[in-house]
This record gives sequence, C-alpha cells and structure tokens, in this order.
Amino acid sequence: MSDAVPDQIYFEDIEVGDNIPELEKNPTSQQLVYWAAGSGDFYQIHYDTQYAQDTGLDDIIVHGALKHAFLGELLWRFAGPEGQVKRVQCSYRGMDPAAQGRESAQEKKFTLRGTVTRKYTEGERNIVELNIEGVRADGSVSTPGTGVVILPSRG
Amino acid sequence: MADDKFESVVTDEMRAMIGVKGPETIGELTTTSVRMFARSVGYVDPVFYDEAVAHERGYRSLPAPPGYLGTPIFNPAESDPTFGGRRGQGFRSPYPLVLNGGTDIEYTGVQICAGDTLASATALASLQERWSGALGVPMLIAVSETTYTNQHGQVVAISRGTGISYPKAGD
Repeated sequence: MSDAVPDQIYFEDIEVGDNIPELEKNPTSQQLVYWAAGSGDFYQIHYDTQYAQDTGLDDIIVHGALKHAFLGELLWRFAGPEGQVKRVQCSYRGMDPAAQGRESAQEKKFTLRGTVTRKYTEGERNIVELNIEGVRADGSVSTPGTGVVILPSRG
Repeated sequence: MADDKFESVVTDEMRAMIGVKGPETIGELTTTSVRMFARSVGYVDPVFYDEAVAHERGYRSLPAPPGYLGTPIFNPAESDPTFGGRRGQGFRSPYPLVLNGGTDIEYTGVQICAGDTLASATALASLQERWSGALGVPMLIAVSETTYTNQHGQVVAISRGTGISYPKAGD
C-alpha cells in the first residue's frame, strides 16, 4: 500500500528515461460496480457474465475508462500535491478481466507504469511527457498511452 | 475505406455529421459524486474525500480526479438508461455492439471541483472501417471530440473518445 499523499517530486529531479513509481490495481467485480456508479456507465458487459458472453466476450471486462482513470491516478501520484495532470491518453488494445467469486484479485493484477520521454519549460510551466501503460498479470500490455504533467520547480 | 472482406456501412449522412456539434449536455460535480468517482478508482488521497484537506491544498472544494468530468443530469424522459447521457443524440453506428477503443483527455489547467457544472458538446471527428481478426467481424471506428465548459464560461477540458462498433458474429 502506497502512502495516501505521495511525496512531492520536482522538475529538477526528473531525467528522460526515468521510470516513475508503479501503481498496482486488483480489479474485482465489486470495483466495476463502484465504477458504474462513479462514472455513470451501466453497460451490462461489465458486471453480468451471461450478458457479456451473449455479446461474444469470454467474461465481464474492466471498463476502458476505468483503465484510463487508473493511468490518471498513476500520473496524479507522480505529479504530487503541487503538480498538475495536463493530459491522459490511452488506447484499449485488449480486454482485461476482473476477479469474481472466490478468485484471488491478485491473479487479475493490473499494473500501471510510466517512463519519462521528454522534459521542457514553456513560459513558467515545467512540463514532463511520459509513455504510460497498463500491464496485465502475464506481463502483456493491454493499455498503452501517453501522459503530460506539470511539476513544480525547486527554484 | 472498407476492404474486400466486407461492405462499407458508412453513409453520406454519417459523413455529413463529422465536425457538427450536438446539443449541450450538463454534467454536475458534487462532493458525493467526486467521492464516489475517487472511491471507484481506488484513490486513498484524502484531498478527494475531506473538504478541509482540499481547502488546505488550494482547491475550492473536492477536486475532480483525472477522468472525472461530471455526471450528466439524469432525466428519465431524455437520458439513456445505460450510459446516462442524452438518448438518441449524436452518431449512431449501424452495428449493435460497442467497445471503447481509447480515451484522450487534455486539461486546460482551470480547476475542476465539486460545485461545478460542466456543459459539454460532442462532435464526430472521424470514421474509419477495419476488419477485426480477433473478433472475425468488420469494425467501425468513430472518434468523437467533446469540449467541457464550466459555469463561468471557461473551457476546462477537451476529450477525444474512440468508439468501436461491430456486428454479432454470424449476422
């Protein structure tokens, strides 16, 4: 479990090629129901196994927008309390399952990772660009994307 | 754009919708809705749950986590029961099954907090057709762009969503 409030990182401390702290998620059917309530997306393929299978899926799947929001949390934690998330972009290249019943959520582990690709200053703003991705338990990437954050300066 | 595996379903009428903004939808952010969104993602930062912490950190109220741009005001007379937005508005694919292909949200830097109301309008940005080897059916890929404007008339975010629609296998 990571600290509730992440430590502040500063623009000067970042180098291109740095890997940012990972974030691990263990989506369960309960979390998908939370997300349905939180986002307003009540599409049945995310909580009704029979409905999902009737549309040709193997089982219920994690909402794409929830994976986007996971990547948003990865960037939020990286940017820290004084930073700002400027852009979160991702593609949903594959479907991701959620743990159900007595299944261990650990088996459906979904890890969010990011690597700094560019840093520059624009006016007063210290901008950091990243490649970000959502990775399945077997190591395959289902959700590649990019992000932009603004970091505070030590100066 | 369709290849020899299938016939195009894109009509002139659909192409004419590209770039045309649909009607406005109003989304609300409340302290309860921000908490529910943050809880559903799994945030543990108290800034999303405790207004005193949010004020200390320089926010007017609970800030919206990335990805949260309000909940469309629900009205059974006009809202979609599954997705909550306006029913029957905007681009509709001729294919019955829909998957989300991607999301891109860019923020302008204006704070988005509980208490805000965001007006959004969506325009179809592009249409593309492709054969899905994985599903064994043709897919229609529609990109739409939505601009979110707060109650003070400030644009707070632009989102681009990719919708992938396809027929049931065997249809």
